[in-house]
Amino acid sequence: MIPLLKRILRTGILTEPPAAADIGPQGEIKRLSDETLAILGRALTIREVDAGSCNGCELEIHALNNAYYNLEGRGIKFVASPRHADMLLVTGPVTKNMENALRIAYDCTPDPKLVVAVGDCGCGCGEVGALFNENYATCGPVDNVVAVDVRVPGCPPTPLALMQGILTAVKRR
Amino acid sequence: MKLFDEPIEFAAQPGIGAPVWAGRAADGEDLLRFAIAVHRAGGRIAALWGEDARPAAGCFRLDCAFGINEGHAWVSLELPAAAVACPVYPDLAGIFPAANRMQRATRDLVGIATDGGDQRPWLRHGGWPEDWYPLRHDSAHEVGVGVGFPNLPSDYAFVQVGGEGAHEIPVGPIHAGIIEPGHFRFSVIGERVLRLEERLGYQHKGVERRLAGADFATGARLVGRVSGDSTCAYAWAYAMALEAACGVAPPPRALMLRAIMLERERVANHLGDLGALGNDAAFAFGLTQFMRLKEDWLRLNAELFGHRFMMDRIVPGGVAGDLDPAALRRMVDQCEVIGREVKALRAIYDEHPGLQDRFLTTGAISADLARELSMTGMAARATGLLLGGRCYRQGYTPPPPFDRLGVRPITDERGDVAARVAVRFDEVFESLRLLKEIAVAMPGGELRGEIAPVPGGAGLGIVEGWRGETIVGVRVGADGRLARVHPHDPSWQAWLALEHAVMNDIVPDFPLINKSFNLSYSGVDL
Repeated sequence: MIPLLKRILRTGILTEPPAAADIGPQGEIKRLSDETLAILGRALTIREVDAGSCNGCELEIHALNNAYYNLEGRGIKFVASPRHADMLLVTGPVTKNMENALRIAYDCTPDPKLVVAVGDCGCGCGEVGALFNENYATCGPVDNVVAVDVRVPGCPPTPLALMQGILTAVKRR
Repeated sequence: MKLFDEPIEFAAQPGIGAPVWAGRAADGEDLLRFAIAVHRAGGRIAALWGEDARPAAGCFRLDCAFGINEGHAWVSLELPAAAVACPVYPDLAGIFPAANRMQRATRDLVGIATDGGDQRPWLRHGGWPEDWYPLRHDSAHEVGVGVGFPNLPSDYAFVQVGGEGAHEIPVGPIHAGIIEPGHFRFSVIGERVLRLEERLGYQHKGVERRLAGADFATGARLVGRVSGDSTCAYAWAYAMALEAACGVAPPPRALMLRAIMLERERVANHLGDLGALGNDAAFAFGLTQFMRLKEDWLRLNAELFGHRFMMDRIVPGGVAGDLDPAALRRMVDQCEVIGREVKALRAIYDEHPGLQDRFLTTGAISADLARELSMTGMAARATGLLLGGRCYRQGYTPPPPFDRLGVRPITDERGDVAARVAVRFDEVFESLRLLKEIAVAMPGGELRGEIAPVPGGAGLGIVEGWRGETIVGVRVGADGRLARVHPHDPSWQAWLALEHAVMNDIVPDFPLINKSFNLSYSGVDL
């Protein structure tokens, strides 16, 4: 127990502190937190749906919760059920085998709901988006299946880009 | 040359990739006999796929890669096209259970089937007609065809468990966490799991169809996105296959840089999983600590290679990008820091009674089972099997640059979650040691050689990724473009092991057991 506590103390708080600058991760994290909290009161809940990604986007979505970005510490939380969610964060391209599951998750998310499409495949943009366009097994980008509010391109998008996308969606509502 | 005194004549694959012997079976009987001989010698089925080779050879073709002690035996079987709508070959699942799902996927995609056994569809959930095969050339080849098919979800015949008090828990395709989709059907009594049956294919996005007819560079981008967490392993296996097919040897400096990327990918994934394993045993401290180390690691990836996961940095013929001495020094410095941190965290993990109580004896599989299921990689080594493409063993020489690096084989005999945790820790330390060793032994020279397509060329590339044996088979068409590319993920075999590992454990232990394997969905669904 003592080595564990010592390690916690030695690690300290790594969450990148708010900075005055508008550029760089620190500035963005601060702005995201302030604006989100102003609009939503205390919390935003997100249900992530992988509708056909290569799992690259999921790795970066995981990173959002590490100590540096500390998304949950700022009131933005991933939840297990779409029924508890304000936002669907969807990666793609949407496969035909996931099309129905995605529609059901969308229908289960209470209104007003936000949808953020993540990654070049999910957004249908860039060179990679073109490689994973519609075919016999794929419906293509997320907005071919459900209405999308904001797109976060990238292969995969960085945690910072993901945060900016989440903020943009919240602002738009 | 002959293998196991069987009639098939083999020739060694040229080049400096992983050792492969390729041969043609005269008929299904020869293939079956060879498979039995491989099994008797303790070998495994490494990959199985099909091809519509009617334009070039007037036939369909079945390709099987077998893992033998010395490397891999790649057997092709030509199936006459004219005879029946759906040509058949002998069912290998009776010899290698892992062949079952590969055979069913091959039927769904190419329309060649086994002569018996399990005929349930695997990748086709009802999104396209049963008698339409996406990898057949007469299914029109431009991407976009088949878009108009109605999506009619079909029933799937799960194996039922009966008896007093037995019931089913269906889970997925969307899971509770931030993970890929798949369906798990648990049959349980109370909390105890009697049986788990997986149904995958939800990530199927027609990657192999997209690869057909692509140029080499496009192929590299696609194969690098088969499974995002293994992008370096896939990109290298693809490059290795193409280099064998086209008779090109990548320069020594490129090989070393590939090794750096592969080991960095291994460390990144092990760090993330070690944290997540702590978290799944309600030890949030572990997740917090390891995720911060992983973030430090990925940030240096971005600085050194311009991409946090090093996507598109391994290319056919060599690598795209170099590391200067200052970058190598930064890498070595970080290895020192991360090594110290992981060592301290390991002591905490090892001495935490609550954590060890969850890890020990949970999700155990035996070495015999791992061998029967043709497993490779980290999870197989955690049962005590001495497998792994980077290490020397009696009769096997690893391909460059690992032949000069002396990678220490890491095993654990217990086969449970604790063993998979221990192997991960040891592999992190070994990879850190390798990275430091490579940094001082970097050869100079070119980063990339020219690679000119050889029409009709074929190659098999095998790379020991962090999960296990990552394989890519390639055939080049008469037009110098990719006729057929098949990427194979080690998860094909390990998914079966997971079904066994969870038996007789309790449902709440499933997330922990699942994470201890951390298998790829996209890698097998393609």
